[in-house]
Amino acid sequence: MKVLDGLYYSKDHEWVKPEGSHALVGITDHAQLGLGDVVYVELPEEGDEFQAGDPIGVVESVKAASDVYTPIAGKVIRVNGKLIDHPERINQDPYGSWLIELETTDADMEEGLLSPEEYKMWCLEEDE
Amino acid sequence: MDHLHKTAVYPAYGGVGAKIVNFEGWALPLQFEGILAEHQAVRKAAGVFDVSHMGEVEVAGKDASIYLNMLLSNDISRIRDGQTQYSILLNENGGAVDDVMAYRFSGQHYMIVVNAANRYKDIKWMMDHTEGYQVTVSDRSDDVAQLAIQGPKSVDLMRAFIGEEAGKIRFFRFSDSIRIQGVSCLVSRTGYTGEDGFEVYLSPDHAMKLWEDLLEAGKEFGLKPAGLGCRDTLRFEACLPLYGRELTEDITPLEADLEHFVKMEKTDFIGKKALAAQKERGLERKIAGFEIKGRGIPRSGYEIRKNGKKAGRVTTGYYSPTLEKNLGLALVDAGIAAPGNTIEVAIRGKSVPGITVETPFYKKKYQKYLPEPYFS
Repeated sequence: MKVLDGLYYSKDHEWVKPEGSHALVGITDHAQLGLGDVVYVELPEEGDEFQAGDPIGVVESVKAASDVYTPIAGKVIRVNGKLIDHPERINQDPYGSWLIELETTDADMEEGLLSPEEYKMWCLEEDE
Repeated sequence: MDHLHKTAVYPAYGGVGAKIVNFEGWALPLQFEGILAEHQAVRKAAGVFDVSHMGEVEVAGKDASIYLNMLLSNDISRIRDGQTQYSILLNENGGAVDDVMAYRFSGQHYMIVVNAANRYKDIKWMMDHTEGYQVTVSDRSDDVAQLAIQGPKSVDLMRAFIGEEAGKIRFFRFSDSIRIQGVSCLVSRTGYTGEDGFEVYLSPDHAMKLWEDLLEAGKEFGLKPAGLGCRDTLRFEACLPLYGRELTEDITPLEADLEHFVKMEKTDFIGKKALAAQKERGLERKIAGFEIKGRGIPRSGYEIRKNGKKAGRVTTGYYSPTLEKNLGLALVDAGIAAPGNTIEVAIRGKSVPGITVETPFYKKKYQKYLPEPYFS
């Protein structure tokens, strides 16, 4: 199970990659392993605004549907439309398959997010 | 996993990367490589399933045939020694206690293969109905392991593995004198995937070795280990019912579009009166196939609506890996069951458009008629 450095994580198994005043959001390797083969993705619209913790879409596998929550507040400036036709990319490359790009509004976005080490610990705790 | 039943093959799962789940109290593989890869392997090459959790009931005695014809929807007198038959074990209301496969050894000796989930219910039901018949009903499930080899390459694989006799076992027939690795096995040309294939019944003592040896021998044919996940998506595409979804104590075989397996001309059988009455009145609801036209995956239990009004529920729904569409089976008002009816499906709070379609979604690839050399 891969956990990348340089990213922040949420307890719901999303990852955040800050890029200045923007950030990319996706789901983690742990999440895609738990889901199995992803066959369907629902993404928000450009311009949608969210608070931290709001549901922003859904990722579905053959057997299960999983809501995706944004760990940070912001306005959607881009969605990764390629995933609509190729949802399997989330399994193949979870950290390269960002779902949305947000213009962040939180001054201190990292607050409330987990570091890679904290996320690893969280996964171990959860799997017990 | 400690409290769960395990099949004789269980120790071998780890070696092929099984993701294990609790299925009806059994620790079984949901998947190995992945549901989509395994599903595709069965459609294009072959997959092997450990289905040892299923139940096997031995029915023997002078009255075995007439007893079974009283309990089962189909007409067992139509099959010969060495033949199998699909049937519904009916309750008094015409609903299903289970759906089963009957294997006839002789007119006085049968094996009834039942769903794992219903094993104890079925045994009790069958034993409760032996009065007046010279018949014994025995639960042999613990003594029988079962592997299913399914897919277009199954025959080539089995011929390479056990010899020419494999190819001689015809569709819905079986041989109980097949020797595999010196072990006596029953092999039938049956399955639950819509593909050609075999089901192998043998002693649990040899099941794990057979599983491992099949996987080895199967490599050159593209054989993959396959789990419960693709077992459900495969049978769903072929529109084979799953007990608990398309058939229940409350859903009759007439409602489940299985009228072909109900032989009303039999003198008498449990549920006959109720089914005759249902047929006379006309069905109020029926299992229908549908396709989603909007975006979303229909799942079991989701509501079906017609013009905003409740008109049924989804019994099974999936993204279909072979057809690459979102499809579903649903128990709906009879008036909208025929193909071509627009419907709405309530998917996670949204009303998604769909349309009823012809079934089966995927045409079964059974080899019902074999080429010349295989008729002995």
